Amino acid sequence: MKIIVLLKRVPDTEAKILINQNGDGIREEGIKFVINPYDEYAIEEGLLLRDKVGGDSKVTVVCMGAEEATENIRTALAMGADDAVHICDPALKKPGPLTSATVMAKAIKDEGYDIIFCGKQAIDDDMAQVQGIMAEILDIPQVNVAVKFELSDDAQNVILQRRIEGGDEKIEARLPAIISCEKGLNEPRYASLPGIMKAKKKEIRTKSLADLGFDDVPGGGKSRILKWLPLPKGGECRMVEAEEISDAVGELVRLLREEAKVL
Amino acid sequence: MHIRFRSIEMDFELSEEQKMIRETARNFARKDLEPVAVEANESGVFPTEIYEKLGELGFMGMTVPEEYGGTNLGSLCLVIALEEISRVCASTAVAVSVHNSLANRIVLKYANDGLRDRFLPDLASGKILGAYAVTEPAAGSDLASLRMSAVKKGDEYILNGTKIFISTGNKAGVIVVFARTDQEDKKRGISAFLIEPGFDGFSVGKVEDKMGLKASTTVELVFEDCRVPAENMLGGEGDGLKIALSSLDSGRIGIAAQSVGITQAALDEAVSFARERKQFGKRIIDFQSTRWKIADMAMNLDAARLLVYRAAVLSDSEQRSSKEVSIAKLFASQAANRVVYDSLQIHGGVGYTKEFLIERLYRDARVLEIYEGTSEIQRLVISREVMEEYDRMMPD
Repeated sequence: MKIIVLLKRVPDTEAKILINQNGDGIREEGIKFVINPYDEYAIEEGLLLRDKVGGDSKVTVVCMGAEEATENIRTALAMGADDAVHICDPALKKPGPLTSATVMAKAIKDEGYDIIFCGKQAIDDDMAQVQGIMAEILDIPQVNVAVKFELSDDAQNVILQRRIEGGDEKIEARLPAIISCEKGLNEPRYASLPGIMKAKKKEIRTKSLADLGFDDVPGGGKSRILKWLPLPKGGECRMVEAEEISDAVGELVRLLREEAKVL
Repeated sequence: MHIRFRSIEMDFELSEEQKMIRETARNFARKDLEPVAVEANESGVFPTEIYEKLGELGFMGMTVPEEYGGTNLGSLCLVIALEEISRVCASTAVAVSVHNSLANRIVLKYANDGLRDRFLPDLASGKILGAYAVTEPAAGSDLASLRMSAVKKGDEYILNGTKIFISTGNKAGVIVVFARTDQEDKKRGISAFLIEPGFDGFSVGKVEDKMGLKASTTVELVFEDCRVPAENMLGGEGDGLKIALSSLDSGRIGIAAQSVGITQAALDEAVSFARERKQFGKRIIDFQSTRWKIADMAMNLDAARLLVYRAAVLSDSEQRSSKEVSIAKLFASQAANRVVYDSLQIHGGVGYTKEFLIERLYRDARVLEIYEGTSEIQRLVISREVMEEYDRMMPD
């Protein structure tokens, strides 16, 4: 079984995000970049499926991102993925979801696939669009936000569970399909020390747009990010204190009327 | 114009693999170890399961070759792992250090094939812990004065005596024990044995109630006509002192790494506390008195880490490194004690309570200057090495 896992390099969840001066990106210096946490569930599910199916099954990581993403790909390989495709091209500096999906879909087609796992969204821009667009391009079923995964006995279908308002939904989909993974699907493993040493020898195939047969950046122009804005600063908190609660309420009303002018 | 100098070869960067090892150790320490550590340091209950998990990830066989199921990564990688473990739980770090840098190394180098095949795979996978017993009531820094006796009787040795302050001695599957096979010859009269806790005449005595390192045990081991098969001798008869001396450096590097982990944690705690705490209308991190402490702490941490990495690299490349190892151990353990002191000072009154991690770090740091060679012994080693260098440079 040919298992594809999509991986994105994103700022660490604990990093303090600052918008750069032009408002077209974030300040990257001093920030740690990690595998998108939801993608870790995708990697783990891919590894579990590979080991269950056995035979010549393999997990191939597909990542589109800057050169530095190699270190995150290497971590996925250390977790146990077999090889990787790294799509890296200066023209792909800030791709929109349509571009990402188009380019990665081509790479996946070239690789061949039976199933694609990805995170339910990337925690950097939270677009959650790539899997949907990719399903359209590849013309395969998509199931999003899966918390449980099973392969049918004949290995032709997958049975998934997703948590919805008030209950769980069970869905069956025909393979090949693309599955986006939610927290709770599994417990992602650590890259073990033997895994880290083995990862050194695993192949990462680096591809440019030209390698994938694109003359130009595909899928541009449908939507455009105009500007990134910093979060508004939180106002200062003022405590209204008084001996009697009624005095405090009176003072609060006066402040709301006279200073804040909202009453 | 940018000028690139012609001779800049000295790499302070870790390799990609070393960074990944640090990442795995750090993630494991934060997610799996920390909750266990908080509990175990409070209750004093030894968290056996953590060593199995560390074993699964490969951290218990870092000095053992792959053929025995180890990861064979060496001192520098072990140092990197110990730092991260110690940052969260110094007790766990000391057990992992003794296991990897003393027990595993000695079994690999000095045990016969039978013992190696029997124990190394279980040691490397963390299924069993290895301990190391040299200290006696009357033999601390002066280890050649140890008295425990080993008398040959047929194909066994009969051991009598007491070992004290043995880390994880009551939890280990094997213990490297030093005893005297010749009462006359002070130096050539010591031999090393691999003891299994099931041996007749072996028992665990007092379990110490220590100031710190509460999640690791420190115990007395009692040998009363303890029968040890002759094939459990490590090296040959009389090799004990040589074995003990040859393992000093790796043991010290481990404790130096543990020191760096505690130092890092103390700095982390100081900064995070000082950013929150307000006095006189501003955050205390904005007072110069705090800033200067932070600067000194960062300086101590950085210097300690670099010294420890250098010692580990020298040791991995099998160069003579006793001086550099002692310098690293002495500096790192003293740095840790200075930094926990300053960090607690920044915390003020609450730092003196169990509400904050610094209270545990402060207690855990104290022993760093005592075990694996006191600060005084490190100075002895360093000064002796320095004097020898001068003696060779400047003949009388």
